[in-house]
Amino acid sequence: MRISVEGLACRRGERLLFRDLSFSLASGEALVVTGRNGAGKSSLIAMLAGRLAPAAGAIRAEGIGEATLAEVTNHVGHKEGLKAALTAEENLAFAGAMLGRPRLSPREALARVGLARAADLPAGYLSAGQRRRVALARLFVSRRPLWLLDEPTSALDAASQVRLAEVMQGHLAEGGLIIAATHAPLGLEGTKTLSIDAHVPSVDLPGGAEGERA
Amino acid sequence: MTRAFLALVLRDLRLAARVGGSGAMGLVFFLMLVAVVPFALGPDLNLLARIGPALLWFSAVLATLIGLDRLFQTDVEDGAIDLILSSDTPLEVLVAAKGVAHWLTTGLPLALLAPLFGLLLALTPGAMLAVAATLVVGTPALTFIGAVGAALTASLGRGGLLLAILVMPLMVPTLIFGVSAANAATGGTIAFLTPFLILAALSLVAIVIGIFAAAAALRQSA
Amino acid sequence: MPRLSSLWNLANPTRFLGLADRLLPWLAALAAALLAVGLYLSFFVAPPDYQQGETVRIMFIHVPAAWLGLFMYVMMSASALGTLVWRHPLADVAQKAAAPIGAAFTFVCLVTGSLWGKPMWGTWWVWDARLTSVLVLFLMYLGIMALWRAVDDPGRAARAVAVLTLVGVVNIPIIKFSVDWWSTLHQPAAVFRIDGPTIHPSMLWPLLVMALAFTVLAVALHVAGMRNEILRRRVRSLWLMEAERLDAGAETAAGAAR
Repeated sequence: MRISVEGLACRRGERLLFRDLSFSLASGEALVVTGRNGAGKSSLIAMLAGRLAPAAGAIRAEGIGEATLAEVTNHVGHKEGLKAALTAEENLAFAGAMLGRPRLSPREALARVGLARAADLPAGYLSAGQRRRVALARLFVSRRPLWLLDEPTSALDAASQVRLAEVMQGHLAEGGLIIAATHAPLGLEGTKTLSIDAHVPSVDLPGGAEGERA
Repeated sequence: MTRAFLALVLRDLRLAARVGGSGAMGLVFFLMLVAVVPFALGPDLNLLARIGPALLWFSAVLATLIGLDRLFQTDVEDGAIDLILSSDTPLEVLVAAKGVAHWLTTGLPLALLAPLFGLLLALTPGAMLAVAATLVVGTPALTFIGAVGAALTASLGRGGLLLAILVMPLMVPTLIFGVSAANAATGGTIAFLTPFLILAALSLVAIVIGIFAAAAALRQSA
Repeated sequence: MPRLSSLWNLANPTRFLGLADRLLPWLAALAAALLAVGLYLSFFVAPPDYQQGETVRIMFIHVPAAWLGLFMYVMMSASALGTLVWRHPLADVAQKAAAPIGAAFTFVCLVTGSLWGKPMWGTWWVWDARLTSVLVLFLMYLGIMALWRAVDDPGRAARAVAVLTLVGVVNIPIIKFSVDWWSTLHQPAAVFRIDGPTIHPSMLWPLLVMALAFTVLAVALHVAGMRNEILRRRVRSLWLMEAERLDAGAETAAGAAR
């Protein structure tokens, strides 16, 4: 599949966050979105997830048949979406039922993030990093090609970050796509980078540089 | 689609049953209302028996309202709404699942226990049965009308009072026909079936409108 | 912090668990024996009332249940003081275990009162001052149980519930007084009342045995409930420790896999 974004602009309330943002991404490619705090990284992710309407521009997806972009997207935002009273396994089983296109079982998905033994623990008992990893395990319960990750490495320790980089590399090798908004380097090879700062409108510089910096 | 529907119903039932869940809270509130109102009215059993069906219905409306603000709010707060919105199952089906789970934990137990609480109000067996029957048929309307308000206030943090203000007027027809059906069953000038069938129709309409309106509101606000 | 308090909690409750295991069979047997004797006395030995006939036998369950509904609340209040003032680790366990038992006895009292009322008053329920006070007590139990359920951390829940329980204790006389006032305001005094002090000895003895049986039963249930609560908290501490250990375990597992 292929995603192309052209002339995207984002407006939150009265403020224009960014404009003229363009990039394209094909199967097996990853895009790292960088930018200072408040530049609109999370808004861009929300737009790609179909949760926020663009003020201008278009997001197109090819090669996904009848499905909409939201239906092939596996989105892990900065909120984990875990219920404290449910066990890690129950949380993932629910995510699997919502996302459809089943892939791994909840327990297998937990094993991928190194939390196989947490399956029967209520999510409320887990630490912040562990909860983050359970949320990331959601990426494996469903066969959705586009991974949208908002600050995926936050609260993760060094070992978990390495592991995350490994699974992301594996996803790319299988022909998946990854778009991640992050401050920290992800440790992935051959990624494209997009800096939102270049598209933030300022009084002195109308317009912005060309969207893509490979 | 059925899988996602069942998964969501099951999850909400589990959450209601576990520590920190709302569980039987609506039911306890219902009992409190029924038990406290006679302190204001006086213990005259004839009076209580006469207004009993109305009192039970009004208490059911309030008891349904108090838990409703959390219907979507918890999912918005912890981010689970992202999962629900990005499902390949239509959002309307999932809203229906939330409504069904809410009704199973609130409306249905209220209706089933209403006869027991009717004892406190000296209702006749016929009146108890009528109140229970009208509540079984009418509470889905309360749940799904309320779901619209819950969806509108989902991202507002403190939506409880606002929700009540938004949906109480919409619940008036249900209240009118619920109480008239319950009263008609225990004697009166109109046949029981007339208001009862209108109540059933109101419920069906409320379910349909509620599902689509709540889904639309969630897409906007969440 | 949860680790520290849970370790501190384990010291004393361990002795309690041992004691509970040894005591429970005896308490249960004693309660069963007393109940058997009490029920025999109340149903076969005690004479029917000259006015109420056989229905008076409901009293032998109704009155002890009412007494225990109150007794368990007193018990909870003492435990609440233990939690707030002395911070005894078993106090909040006792307090939590007492609530559903007290609510159950209060509920039995309400149901038997209702069953008794049907033949006496012709309706299942009369807003009589006594019954109504018991109903309010039942509602207070439900509130306390709801608060226990709402807070996940037992330590925080215990202090909140202790405050609520003590506020309840202060209010009980006020509630009782108001309900009596409300009742006399509305009701002619024609309603049937038991004449407390003139109860005949042939009825007094079965009543006393039943009261004792119910008390022993309540103590047995309370000890069992406390044991369950301690075990439940241990499961909770084990879960917390398990979650803490997970990280270390996961890293070595990852290292081995590589």
